[in-house]
Amino acid sequence: MKTVLRYLQEVALAFRSLWSGLRLTLYFFTHPRKEIITEQYPENRTTSINIPERFAGEVVLTHDENNEHKCTACTLCEMACPNGTIKIISAQVETEDGKKKKVLDKWVYNLGMCTFCAQCIDACPQNAITMKNSFELSVYNRSDLIKTLNKPGSKLKEKS
Amino acid sequence: MENQDISLPLEEQTEEFVVNIGPQHPSTHGVLRLEATLDGETIKDILPHLGYIHRGIEKMTESLGYKQSIYLTSRMDYLSAHINNQACSLAVEKALQVEVPERAKAIRIIMAELQRLTSHELWWGSCAMDIGAVTPFFLGFRDRERILEIFEANTGNRLTMNYITPGGVMQDVLPSFVSDLKTLLVKVKGYLAEYDTLITGNIIFQRRLQGVGVLPKEMAISLGCTGPTARASGVSCDVRKYHPYDGYEKLEFKEILNDGCDSWARYLVRMEEMRESIYIIEQLLDNLPEGEYRAKMKGVIKLPAGEYYQRVETARGELGVYIVSDGTNKPYRMKFRTPCYSNLAAVKPINVGAKIGDLMASMATIDLVIPDIDR
Repeated sequence: MKTVLRYLQEVALAFRSLWSGLRLTLYFFTHPRKEIITEQYPENRTTSINIPERFAGEVVLTHDENNEHKCTACTLCEMACPNGTIKIISAQVETEDGKKKKVLDKWVYNLGMCTFCAQCIDACPQNAITMKNSFELSVYNRSDLIKTLNKPGSKLKEKS
Repeated sequence: MENQDISLPLEEQTEEFVVNIGPQHPSTHGVLRLEATLDGETIKDILPHLGYIHRGIEKMTESLGYKQSIYLTSRMDYLSAHINNQACSLAVEKALQVEVPERAKAIRIIMAELQRLTSHELWWGSCAMDIGAVTPFFLGFRDRERILEIFEANTGNRLTMNYITPGGVMQDVLPSFVSDLKTLLVKVKGYLAEYDTLITGNIIFQRRLQGVGVLPKEMAISLGCTGPTARASGVSCDVRKYHPYDGYEKLEFKEILNDGCDSWARYLVRMEEMRESIYIIEQLLDNLPEGEYRAKMKGVIKLPAGEYYQRVETARGELGVYIVSDGTNKPYRMKFRTPCYSNLAAVKPINVGAKIGDLMASMATIDLVIPDIDR
């Protein structure tokens, strides 16, 4: 008799615990607008999407309005990169007073190999590069992933 | 074996057969193959096969500098990426005897505890899904997302952050960090109450876990289990208590222990650990120290020749980083003692003799992350 009673008690308890869980599910079912967590991604890409400022999307070489950058081609970023993503191609240029000077020729960035660890930004002594919060980076050709970051005609910003 | 007696009539005789669970099985949470020998539904033997996701992280560190190799450790236990980075950074700092600023220490602890929260929330969802409930999986991901948003805003990445670095942290946190966290923690507390209503109080769920996968205390010690898996067997092994690092010694928190030894005890320990993590973060939020977030370090780190060991408590147990340096800028050898590898050893002894249906339940509560096993 006792075991039967305990069994029935357990069944009642099981139903009660099930109900308390299902009530929560039912609450969410009847209040669909209480907390909307779904992002309507391709539709909201220009409106409500929120990409944080610091999001590490891709490395960019910052240029100012005069098309000048701060990169001195010291290759510290190239050494800091764990994957060999960065290639700095520099050229020797002779200045007016006859001295030879190293200037940046091409800042080659292979996006396909980048892990967005931001070690290059950390290593840069001139703060010439930053992480941009862009995220739609897919391209049709693999060769398009290899980018030259310095704009054509850009030159080193003179220290004032 | 009991039915393999040849004196029995032929139709009552059984024979053992081998079932491969994985490497592509949803409940192994990764590419782990369990070779299970079954007699009917009873498990006779389990042999885990590793190496499907071996990337050679330990070997790769030997050709990278110290700063560069830390980013690789995020890929071991990807659910506790911050804590893995912290372990490596602490080992390097120990070797160089660098004093980390107080603010950096506080940020590190907050990030590590948030990471523990995300990991346990994900575990809660996947654990319930392994048992057969689908909704909790989505709820777990929903709540993890709120914390990942904080990570994304402050560190720039969501999963493999590479935020904790030798000497401190990469960037200072945002000015709105403290207020963001305060609103988040209120939310997370509500979520935890939801978890309890949905799953913890559910009799069916409890019956699936109670008495399943019993790992006795002696066995947990001899197998080298750590973390919540061992603490649910009554083994007091919290590295944050016994070998405090980064200022855990100043904080007040409980080590969650349970003597239940079964899967249900492991579930309860993890649920309680989430509340404890919230409590730790709350202590730090009100008086987050001001000042530097990073000590000055050289661009290329060179460790003095010698051997260095640092242990931390990840979401799954004790992670040990062992660095052998020969004085150059690259480690001579870097060895990781990962928690999941030793916790995996518990899968065989706790499941032999049990039914195959319970294998999923006990696997779910051990909470294995396969890339952490293989590295």
